[in-house]
Amino acid sequence: MKKYQCNICGFIYDEAVGDPAHGIKAGTSWEDIPESWACPDCGVNKADFEMVEI
Amino acid sequence: MNHPVVIVGSGLAGYAVARELRRLDADQPLLLLSADHGGFYSKPMLSNALATGKTPESIINGDAEKMASQLNVSIRTYTRVVAIDKTNRTVILKNNEQLSYGNLVLAIGADQVRLPLQGNGVSKVFTVNDVDDYKHFRDALAGKKKVAIIGAGLIGCEFANDLASAGYHVDVVDIAAQPLGRLIPPAAGAYLKQKLEAVGVVFHFDTSTQSVEQIDNQLCLTLANGKTIRADIVLSSVGLKPRTKMAQEAGLQINRGIVVDQLLQTNDAHIYAVGDCAEVAGKVLPFVMPITHAARALAATLAGNPTPVRYPAMPVLVKTPACSTVVSPPDADKAGVWQVESNDDGVKALFYDDTGCLLGFALLGKAIMDKNDLVAKLPPVLA
Repeated sequence: MKKYQCNICGFIYDEAVGDPAHGIKAGTSWEDIPESWACPDCGVNKADFEMVEI
Repeated sequence: MNHPVVIVGSGLAGYAVARELRRLDADQPLLLLSADHGGFYSKPMLSNALATGKTPESIINGDAEKMASQLNVSIRTYTRVVAIDKTNRTVILKNNEQLSYGNLVLAIGADQVRLPLQGNGVSKVFTVNDVDDYKHFRDALAGKKKVAIIGAGLIGCEFANDLASAGYHVDVVDIAAQPLGRLIPPAAGAYLKQKLEAVGVVFHFDTSTQSVEQIDNQLCLTLANGKTIRADIVLSSVGLKPRTKMAQEAGLQINRGIVVDQLLQTNDAHIYAVGDCAEVAGKVLPFVMPITHAARALAATLAGNPTPVRYPAMPVLVKTPACSTVVSPPDADKAGVWQVESNDDGVKALFYDDTGCLLGFALLGKAIMDKNDLVAKLPPVLA
């Protein structure tokens, strides 16, 4: 399970947690998130995220 | 002749428009003009950079050269636009050069408000409005211990938390009776105050800063209540004022910001404004999420598909790790009352109008877990 951080607001997408409030189940890998998904905190696109080691 | 879309400003708003437009239209020529180095970074990252281990250099995601190639955009750095000639559809640069545009996007941001302070130390007061300011601030912090912050709003609280957690002694002065006075009700303010005090922040409320005098190597703030504060560094964060001067001189309509409709269009059909400089359908919203929505709509419009911006409810996260906080402030002109539930774990403050509709909230501590459920109940900010 990897984590990805929003470059704009710092929100962290944790694959283990997902984003259930926006239809992304826990365990969803980054590649499987649709391009239409946006950062839940600031609204930017998936493209504005990068993988982070935490 | 096909003149480019010219974007003035390389902050989040300018780059967001460039990126979204490139997604929709691979070929339309795009020229981005930056008054500084033009590197892409996120301004909100500045106020918690110590906690996240970022330096001014590492906050920049990509320099202008990298961004230009990534987005297939021409970028001119250190290129300040000083005037707009809307009759001839040109912008005039500081060196008198004129550049033609097909459509012009003003993404020129806002200035930090400067309070009228007395004293010979006023010129030493820092404001942080961009990454270059932040670099100066960080350089000045090296080896110092005491920081005084003027203003306990969003940015003041975030910097106070970041600096206190990094070991600085932090004093914060605000004319209000609580932190985030414009965004959250008193009970929530009291909770946030207590949590920030617990990490070492010292607040001075219900008073204003009158003067800043340099005494030896320190600055001495004299407050209206007679108290004095000694600090090595003073940071002012009392709010933002949209940059409207150039638009006004060009004959564009301005109010608090550059006036645009839901198409982000000014009263000139070929000039648009977006981000912190813009007043969109009467609203000045200097946050990231409105920029994201506005940039998408504007990109569609510029690509030939006129698209009004619509804002959903857009809660704002306050980056104060000492007290998780998310706010969705109600419109200032809406009547209603706060209903507050408060305990040691947090505060849940909900703002209802007299028909029982939820119009806003402030969630602190554990109450932030209710965010998603509550956002779903809020009306859109701009339908």
